[in-house]
Amino acid sequence: MTAFFQSAGLPFEAAWLLATVAGILLIAFPVMLAVAIVIYFDRKIWAAMALRKGPNVVGPFGILQSFADGLKVFLQETIIPSAANKGLFLIAPIITFTVALLAWAVIPFSATAILSNINVGLLYILAISSLGVYGTVIAGWSSNSKYPFFSAMRASAQMISYEVSIGFILICVVLWAGSFNLDTIVQAQKGHVFGIVNGFVANPLLFPMWVMFLISGMAETQRAPFDLTEAESELVAGYQTEYSSMAFALYWLGEYANVLLMCALNAVLFWGGYLPPLDIPVLYAVPGLVWMLGKILFFFFIFSWVKATVPRYRYDQLMRLGWKVFLPVSLAWVVIVSGYLMITGHFA
Amino acid sequence: MTVAQLIKSFTLWEFLKAHLITLKYFFKVKATINYPFEKNPLSPRFRGEHALRRYPSGEERCIACKLCEAVCPAQAITIEAEPRDDGSRRTTRYDIDMTKCIYCGFCQEACPVDAIVEGPNLEFATETREELLYDKAKLLANGDKWERALAANLEADAPYR
Amino acid sequence: MIQLIAFYLFATLATAAGALTILARNPVHSVLWLIVAFFNAAGLMVLVGAEFIAMLLVIVYVGAVAVLFLFVVMMLDIDFAELRAGFIRNFPLGFALALVLLMELVLGAGAYKAGALKLGTPDGSATAAAGASNIEAIGALLYSRYLFLFEAAGLVLLVAMVGAIVLTHRQRSGVRGQNVARQNARRPDEATHNVSPEVGKGVTL
Repeated sequence: MTAFFQSAGLPFEAAWLLATVAGILLIAFPVMLAVAIVIYFDRKIWAAMALRKGPNVVGPFGILQSFADGLKVFLQETIIPSAANKGLFLIAPIITFTVALLAWAVIPFSATAILSNINVGLLYILAISSLGVYGTVIAGWSSNSKYPFFSAMRASAQMISYEVSIGFILICVVLWAGSFNLDTIVQAQKGHVFGIVNGFVANPLLFPMWVMFLISGMAETQRAPFDLTEAESELVAGYQTEYSSMAFALYWLGEYANVLLMCALNAVLFWGGYLPPLDIPVLYAVPGLVWMLGKILFFFFIFSWVKATVPRYRYDQLMRLGWKVFLPVSLAWVVIVSGYLMITGHFA
Repeated sequence: MTVAQLIKSFTLWEFLKAHLITLKYFFKVKATINYPFEKNPLSPRFRGEHALRRYPSGEERCIACKLCEAVCPAQAITIEAEPRDDGSRRTTRYDIDMTKCIYCGFCQEACPVDAIVEGPNLEFATETREELLYDKAKLLANGDKWERALAANLEADAPYR
Repeated sequence: MIQLIAFYLFATLATAAGALTILARNPVHSVLWLIVAFFNAAGLMVLVGAEFIAMLLVIVYVGAVAVLFLFVVMMLDIDFAELRAGFIRNFPLGFALALVLLMELVLGAGAYKAGALKLGTPDGSATAAAGASNIEAIGALLYSRYLFLFEAAGLVLLVAMVGAIVLTHRQRSGVRGQNVARQNARRPDEATHNVSPEVGKGVTL
């Protein structure tokens, strides 16, 4: 894109700056729009599984519901509790929202549509997602209120716990793909099983890892059934209790952007990203972007499906699952996968 | 724990079963009705907003016997009566405090002339408290407005009384 | 040009955040400034071309260590008056420590000027050979030349972890914890049974 701006007669630095900003906006705006639509889908799916109709008043089939909510929230007053630590109180939602958008920089939407195709893409995503907890923790502390504080404690413990097992799961994928670059990981899945199925998920050695990744992803994004940080039966609204207006909306957007990111990661790491499901030339006629978005939406449906089905976990169950089940299993799986790859001469 | 249970728990069998159930419900016909546009049927005995009825001639039914005022457990009804110019006994004041009313329906049970009744209307929320202090004019207006529904309901319920 | 601007931006922010870490009155603010400093250090690493180290810095320090710091510091009940009282008492020790650190800084700067070590030259001539990515270069060194040291470091960490658990773990008696395996193994048919008692007989529990 830099070349495009340079052809308009701009010097390299200016062209580079413009190209970068344009690239960021090209990803950030569709993501925010997608978040608005996806919140509507989430409510619709959840409603349908509870035999309800869901939002159906604003716009055709209620599709503009999220925008109406956004407008309402935008017009509300921002209330800052007098006992709150004002600076941090306002910074916290911005952190959550920014971090949620940052990670999209390395997601390959198609073979050419990647904002920054860096070598350590997967590590970058791990690094960024580990930052997400700060928005929650700072919100909990700066609110100077009991329930947000409890919620912040829960959030930090929960995210650290599941990051460990996610790390081990990703190592299995990286070992097989031989790269941290997300584009290379997608390409490595081309014809992975029997030379015809695209995607690590069809590999019997990696399928259990995908299931664990899906579950860990739900825990990492604090999504039901692991939404203990905002368990309304115990903690009012969790870390968001003291928030109102746009600050609250930023949390909302950030949360769903994170969920979408997890869906995108599922697609990229295990389901062949922008590749069609089968390695047949006819299927490549459909653009990669369509496959990728389709897969993201499919995983979002799974996330909503789980939310509508499984009741909330207890906190000790959550910790037990993370440390006593996922951690040992994923650790053992790293050994199994690397052993298998050694024996079959994958690294030679 | 038997081997079968172990396999079951590691294949997340019960989770899958639960998800199949929710998926089945996902495609079912939804139970929601589109409320302001669609409404559930109401029983003829439904006790909603009050109304004072009139005879077909246009004469008001209420004879100011004050039975409703006496029976009202919430003491929401206030009645004052005087002889009218033609000598008949009529109310000069018939107030119902709808914020006190518990919608027990005793007033319509007590009424010997089917004057005070509770109609099928349940959408009479107001923006101020004062609007809920109904006076005689308001109740009579209600009666005029809902007369057809009120008469039909009374007739439908008559065999069981 | 862009690199230069970025370098000065990251460097200034890192130094400023570092200074604010020790100047901030509120320990939570201190930790947050420390995180900003880590972040900018990671930015500097990216500029040097060590993106792997930069990512590790963020994942390990910002994502895990600082969260634990924050965790502990947030739970402190800070009494500022008491803090200041301690300041006077500990002043001589603190001053001595500061002096030592200052001497080390001066020494380090002097040694760097003398140019005896060729590890990190400012002109960037010590960067890894082109072609091999960061991770491969580190991996190749770590698992060949420094294999023993690497494994030893891992062992030390393991010992430290076991030690921490042994030191903090208390075996308390009389605690009725739950046995999750037993709970999971419990089936409805062993938990309940239907009886049809005769009239007036009641049930034995």
